[in-house]
Amino acid sequence: MTSYPHAPGFIAGDRPQIVTSRFQYDDSFTLERYLATGGYQGLKKALGRTPTDVHDEVKNATVLGRGGAGFPAGTKWGLTPQGKWPRYLVVNGDESEPGTYKDRLLMERDPHQLIEGCLIACYAAGLSQCFLYIRGEMAVAQERVATALNEAYAAGYVGKNIMGSRFSVDIVLHWGAGAYVVGEETALIESLEGNRGMPRLKPPYFPAAIGLYGQPTIVNNVETLANLPWLLVNGAEAYTAIGTKTSPGTRMVAVSGHVKRPGVYEIINGTTTFRDLLYGDEFCQGIRNDNQLKAFVPGGGSAPWFTPEQLDLPFEASQVGPAGSMLGSGAVMVMDHTTDIPRAALTLTRFYAHESCGKCTPCREGGTWLERILSRIVDGKGTDADLDQLLEVGESICPGAFPHASSSELGLSAVPFPYRMNTICFVGPSAYAPVHSALTLFRSEFEARVTKRTRIPVSGSVS
Amino acid sequence: MARLTEENVRLAREIIARYPRSRSATIPLLHLAQQQDGYVSNDAMVHIGELVGATSAEVFGTASFYEMFKFEPVGKYLVNICGTMSCALLGADELIHHAEHALDVKLGGTTDDGLITLERAECQAACTEAPCLQVNYRYRFRVTNESFDQLVDDLRAGRLDGEIPPHGTVARVRQRVAADRVVGAVAPADVADGPSWFDGKAAL
Ligand SMILES: Cc1cc2nc3c(=O)[nH]c(=O)nc-3n(C[C@H](O)[C@H](O)[C@H](O)COP(=O)(O)O)c2cc1C
Ligand code: SF4
Ligand code: FES
Repeated sequence: MTSYPHAPGFIAGDRPQIVTSRFQYDDSFTLERYLATGGYQGLKKALGRTPTDVHDEVKNATVLGRGGAGFPAGTKWGLTPQGKWPRYLVVNGDESEPGTYKDRLLMERDPHQLIEGCLIACYAAGLSQCFLYIRGEMAVAQERVATALNEAYAAGYVGKNIMGSRFSVDIVLHWGAGAYVVGEETALIESLEGNRGMPRLKPPYFPAAIGLYGQPTIVNNVETLANLPWLLVNGAEAYTAIGTKTSPGTRMVAVSGHVKRPGVYEIINGTTTFRDLLYGDEFCQGIRNDNQLKAFVPGGGSAPWFTPEQLDLPFEASQVGPAGSMLGSGAVMVMDHTTDIPRAALTLTRFYAHESCGKCTPCREGGTWLERILSRIVDGKGTDADLDQLLEVGESICPGAFPHASSSELGLSAVPFPYRMNTICFVGPSAYAPVHSALTLFRSEFEARVTKRTRIPVSGSVS
Repeated sequence: MARLTEENVRLAREIIARYPRSRSATIPLLHLAQQQDGYVSNDAMVHIGELVGATSAEVFGTASFYEMFKFEPVGKYLVNICGTMSCALLGADELIHHAEHALDVKLGGTTDDGLITLERAECQAACTEAPCLQVNYRYRFRVTNESFDQLVDDLRAGRLDGEIPPHGTVARVRQRVAADRVVGAVAPADVADGPSWFDGKAAL
C-alpha cells in the first residue's frame, strides 16, 4: 500500500503550539513518534489523580468547544444526570462546515493525541465507551486513526487495564457516509444508532441528558479533545496563561480564498485579530495580487459576513457576537474586490439547501427557494421583486432582525448574533445567512444584476 | 447482485459485536457491501437487515439518506470536484466545466468506458488547497486543467492502482482488537452502575 504524503495546509509560526506540536515530524502519526515526544503522559498523570480532580483541571482551564458553539467542555461533562448509567462519549469528527479544515489534519497527523484526549475525557466523566465518528469521505483519516487505535490497543493504552491501571475503556472507530447535517450532535447520535441522520427535536434531547441509546452522552469535537493531553501535562494555569480569560489557549483556524498564503494556523485565542490573520507576516501576508479586501466569512459558511470595517476584532466570541457574527468552527473565507458577490453567496446557499434533511418545512422549502431565486439572479434572469422575495423567504426561516455587520459607508449599525429561528437546527438559517449578508452589505451588486419591474404584471383577466 | 460473502459476514459480525446495539453497525455494513460490489445491492440490504435485526426497508431508509451509497453501479473511479465557496473562489466552476469537456460527460454521468463517474461535491475539508477534488475519496489539491488531464491519463493507464482502490473501498485499514484487550460492548439495559474504576479514587 502506498504511503500517503501528509495532508498539506498547516503553517507553523513562532507561537505556542498546543495541538500541532508534532506536525513537524514526517512520522507524527506513529505510536513510536508519539511516545518519543511525551505521548500518553497526560493520561498517565490523569490516572494518578481522581476523576473529579481531572474534571476540575479541565473546568479550571475553560477549554471552549471547538466544534462551533464554544461551550466549555468541563461544564458540559458536568451536565450528565447523577446515577444514570452507562454514559458514553461520542467524538465528532464529521468536519464538513464550508471553510473548515482542522479536525482532518488532527486526525491524519496526530491520531494518538486525539485518542489520548478521548481517554482523559472518559476517565474524568465516567464514560464507559467511546465512539469516534469520522466523516465518511475522509479515507486517510480513517486509516490513520484505525492504525493508531490498533497500535494503542496492542500496547495497552486503550481497552482493558489501561497502562496497567484499573481504568478500562473501549474506543470504537465509526465512520459516516456523506451528509453534512450529521455533524449536528443529535443527528450524529441518530446516525450512530443506524438511522437517517436527522437532528432530534429539542428539548428534551440534550445529549448530555438523553443521547446515544437514550443514555447520557457527551459529544465533543476532535480539536476540543486534542487539547486535553497537553492540558494534563502542563496544567490549567499554563493553559490559561495563553490567550485571554474568556478565550484561553489556542485554536486552529483555516484561512482560504483570496489571500496570498492560505493555510491552517494555530493562533492565540482571544487576542489574535482578523487583521493579524489576513495581513500578518506570520499568517496570510495579505490579499492576493495586493487586491482590496471586499468581505470575509469569519466562522464557517454559516456565519454572517464581515467587511474590512471588522478587521480589528479579535477571536473573542464576546466581541464577534455583538458585531453581528460568530467564530463558529475556525474557518475564514476571504473575498477580494474581484469577487462576484451574488455568485459567492450562491455557492454557500446551494450547499445548505442541498444538505437540508427535510425535517422542517422552513428549511426544506425555504432553502430550495433561496437557491432558486439566487440562481436566477446570478444567471441574469432575476427581477427586482426577487430581492424582496429573498428577504421574505429568509423571514420565514428566521423571523425578526437577522444579524449583520455594521457599515459606516452604508450607515448601518450591527445587529448582534444570534438570530431567532423556526427550524430544529442551524442548517435552515445557514442557507439564509450568506444571502442576507450579501444583500445587506452589497445590495447594489444585486440591483445591477436584475431587471427593474415596478409592478408585477398580471396576465389575462377574469371577465 | 450478491449477499455478503462468507468472509464479509465474518467481518460484519466482528463489527456488530463492538456496539451495544447491532443496528449501530448499519452504516459500516453498508460500506462493506459497497466495498464488495462497488455499489449497494438490494440483496445486500436484505442481508444486512438480517444481520443487524432490521427490515430491508429500514436499511434502505438509512442508506438512502447518505450521499456515498450508490444503488446502481458507477465508474471504477468516482471523481468528486468540490464546488463550495473556497474552491469556487479559486476556479472550481471552470474546473468542472473543463472536466465535463475532457471526459465528455455531464455532472453525474459516467464515461463510455465505464471508468470514471464525475460529480460535484461539497466542501472536502481542504479549503486552503483549492480547488480540490477526490478520486474515490483520495485527494488532489490545487487542481489545474493540466493536472486534471494528467490525472485522467494516469487513471486510464492504471498508474494509480496502488494508491487508489476501486470505488467502494474507503479505508483500507480496519480496526482490529485482540480478544484479550477488548473490554466489550454491553447493552445499556444490562448496565446498572457506573464503571468500577469510577469510584472516586485514582486508577493508578
Ligand atoms: C448543522 C450542524 C453541523 C455541525 N457540524 C459539526 C461538525 O462537523 N463537527 C463538530 O465538531 N461539530 C459540528 N457541529 C456542532 C455540534 O452540534 C456540537 O455542538 C459539537 O460537536 C460539540 O462539540 P464541542 O463542544 O467540543 O465543540 C454542527 C452543528 C450543526 C448545527
Ligand atoms: S433545519 Fe433543515 S437540516 Fe435542520 S432539522 Fe430542519 S430540515 Fe433538517
Ligand atoms: S470549499 Fe472546497 S474543500 Fe472546502
